[in-house]
Amino acid sequence: MPTIVVEVMPKAELLDPQGKAVAGALRRLGKTDFTGVRVGKRFELTVEGPADAALLAEVQELADTVLSNSVIEDVTGIFVLEAAGETR
Amino acid sequence: MRIGVVTFPGSLDDRDAQRAIRLAGATPVALWHGEHDLHGVDALVLPGGFSYGDYLRCGAIASLSPIMAEVIDAANKGMPVLGICNGFQMLTEAHLLEGGLIRNEAGAFICRDQRLRIENSSTDWTNGFTDKQEITIPLKNGEGGFIASAETLARLEGEGRVIARYLDVNPNGSLNDIAGVTNARGNVVGLMPHPEHAVEPGFGPDTAAAMRSGIDGLAFFTSVIERSLVNA
Repeated sequence: MPTIVVEVMPKAELLDPQGKAVAGALRRLGKTDFTGVRVGKRFELTVEGPADAALLAEVQELADTVLSNSVIEDVTGIFVLEAAGETR
Repeated sequence: MRIGVVTFPGSLDDRDAQRAIRLAGATPVALWHGEHDLHGVDALVLPGGFSYGDYLRCGAIASLSPIMAEVIDAANKGMPVLGICNGFQMLTEAHLLEGGLIRNEAGAFICRDQRLRIENSSTDWTNGFTDKQEITIPLKNGEGGFIASAETLARLEGEGRVIARYLDVNPNGSLNDIAGVTNARGNVVGLMPHPEHAVEPGFGPDTAAAMRSGIDGLAFFTSVIERSLVNA
């Protein structure tokens, strides 16, 4: 059963308060190598049948209209997760 | 006048909104998110709360509820619709209002009595105010930061579609201190602070006159009643 992964991130130009809070925590731990942290979302959609082009087109549509809000977020990746590993 | 208040799973302020409508002089009608029926109401309030646990995005799942098809249709035909807090988030998710709402800049949930300036006193929900009137009503939100693209923001400002702005302090990082906006027609209004919590002496914000005597929120509800009488 393939799993289709959709990744959504807050728009790059927007302040990401969640990422800012995590970055602050890393800084307090003395982890100074990281100049920024942004926090996004990953959806895993499992299907019974094959993840064919028609289905992926539908996922793209859902990613743009339901899973993300284009005013505040960008869809940054859609790919099929095979049992052996991730393929983009 | 009959004003519907839609209850979603996780709505908090539906009863307060119903009470505010009653105190303003109209009849509140309880509506359920899972139905496709507005029960013939003349106006609608989408109340505050945490519909669907704020999962996915605040207001996103509620904006896909069965009743929202009727709400969107009625709004597009001119029915007055007020979205308060979570209801405002639903209206942006349903594309009835432009812009979006993100987590407060400081990352914390803010609860305070908030001073506002009314910037547009011609909408269905704000015509009972005078232009530039300053009011105080409670604000309580975790994701109330209003944002929009530079182009959208310029259009909203240019067309006078910002209906209220935060005064004294910007509590959530909203662009241009925006607390509420309207659509082009002025029948759909979204507001982050809560007018329904400032409608009865004894239960509102403190004023110079007396503790908890603030009823500045009432005019949002009397506005829509007045407008319906004028249009009748």
